[in-house]
Amino acid sequence: MATTEEIREKLAELVNDVVGTPAEDVQLDKSFVDDLDVDSLAMVEIIVGCEEAFGITIPDEESKKLITVGDAVAFIEANQ
Amino acid sequence: MAVVVITGIGATTPLGGDAASTWEAMLAGRSGVSLISEDWAADLPVRIAGQVKVDPSERIDRVKARRLDRSTQLALIAAKEAWTDAGMTWEGSGDVDPERLLVSIASGIGGLHSLLDNWDVQKEKGPRRVSPFTIPMLMANAPAANVGLAVGAKAGVHAPVSACASSNEAISLALDRLQLGRCDIAVVGGTESTVHPLPIAAFAQMQALSRRNDEPQRASRPWDRGRDGFVLAEGSAVLVIETLEHALARGAHIYGTLAGSGITSDSHDIVQPEPSGEGQAQAVVKALADADLSPADIKHVNAHGTSTPQGDLTEAHSIRSAFGQAADSVVVTSTKSMTGHLLGGAGSLETLACVLALRDRKVPPTINLEDPEPGLPIDVAAAVRDLPAGDLAAVNNSFGFGGHNVAVIVTNANC
Repeated sequence: MATTEEIREKLAELVNDVVGTPAEDVQLDKSFVDDLDVDSLAMVEIIVGCEEAFGITIPDEESKKLITVGDAVAFIEANQ
Repeated sequence: MAVVVITGIGATTPLGGDAASTWEAMLAGRSGVSLISEDWAADLPVRIAGQVKVDPSERIDRVKARRLDRSTQLALIAAKEAWTDAGMTWEGSGDVDPERLLVSIASGIGGLHSLLDNWDVQKEKGPRRVSPFTIPMLMANAPAANVGLAVGAKAGVHAPVSACASSNEAISLALDRLQLGRCDIAVVGGTESTVHPLPIAAFAQMQALSRRNDEPQRASRPWDRGRDGFVLAEGSAVLVIETLEHALARGAHIYGTLAGSGITSDSHDIVQPEPSGEGQAQAVVKALADADLSPADIKHVNAHGTSTPQGDLTEAHSIRSAFGQAADSVVVTSTKSMTGHLLGGAGSLETLACVLALRDRKVPPTINLEDPEPGLPIDVAAAVRDLPAGDLAAVNNSFGFGGHNVAVIVTNANC
């Protein structure tokens, strides 16, 4: 089971890989769209990257609710 | 009708990472064809290609590149060079009115790598792993659209598709739009990146490709009796064209005049040119009329000349037919002998070569022409040839599967 910090680190790596935003900017209170330059297609790649990394499924209707990094971390923690 | 001039050039090709190095290699008669070193080529009947001299990964940052097909990456590199060469700042329309700025950049095939790579992913890992960027990467208008985004063009973004005539058609289309007054300035050209096992296998199945795997640099040999097909190549060439009035108003450097174009369609066969070459000749005749020039005004033809057994002969006869007696004083070359065949990128690269040939008054050679076809009815430059002093005009021919024939004429007027 990954810790909150491990999940955040993996998300930061994915965000950096997909859109180039510095990993250190990817903090729990940040909004993917408003703060981290993640557009809708990039978000799909990040979601799929999370599914692969944590062995989970994130349904499309759930992924739409993941506004901040903290939202995503919480969802992954609860479902891993 | 408005006079249209050429004010910027850019290219990334098997001969060089920019227009200057590509042109220098052409005049030096260097081949850009090489053996494909990747493992996937090992079992193919054809293992040679013209691969770009400078890989796009050296020019476009990783994050941007992962959203762009290789064909679009090459187009952006060439467009950036052309746009800055025209005196603009990349990523923006600068002082140009975006409402009067048009893009016309073609690809013959489209984002082939993105399409096939994602199909491989889907087969191996399932639909969930397919990139959400697949469609905007594979669509044939992606190069034009991305260049349009970069320069901020709002007068229209076009991507005509006519196989290997595509980028000459893109130039012709933009010329028409400029002459109709629909825009003042346009970024035009073409791009292609299909060095991949599927198109190589498919073109090889058509018996269209040279199999001279042991001598890559000698494989593309237009009009030589030993020719056995074309060499697939990748790359892009882009030009900035604008009305003379617009160019003068902003003090632009003028390379030459885009004097006219002519388009015909054979309506004969999906891949074979009509054997008499009449459709090809008529494209030249129409271009001459469009440019208000006579055959005697043309001193140079950059031929389509792909190095196929039948295609080269048909074109030679079509040039003779279009120019008649005046063909005796036309120096013909095929720069594909050095670059290989860039498909949708070929027309604009060869139009660019015409522009520089007129500027330097030098026709680059058709290399590997060691044993010319007997009775060839045209004068092909086997070595660099000088062009005369005074007014010069050149024709660039491009033909495509589907029976597309497009001739473009450039002159050294208004320089």
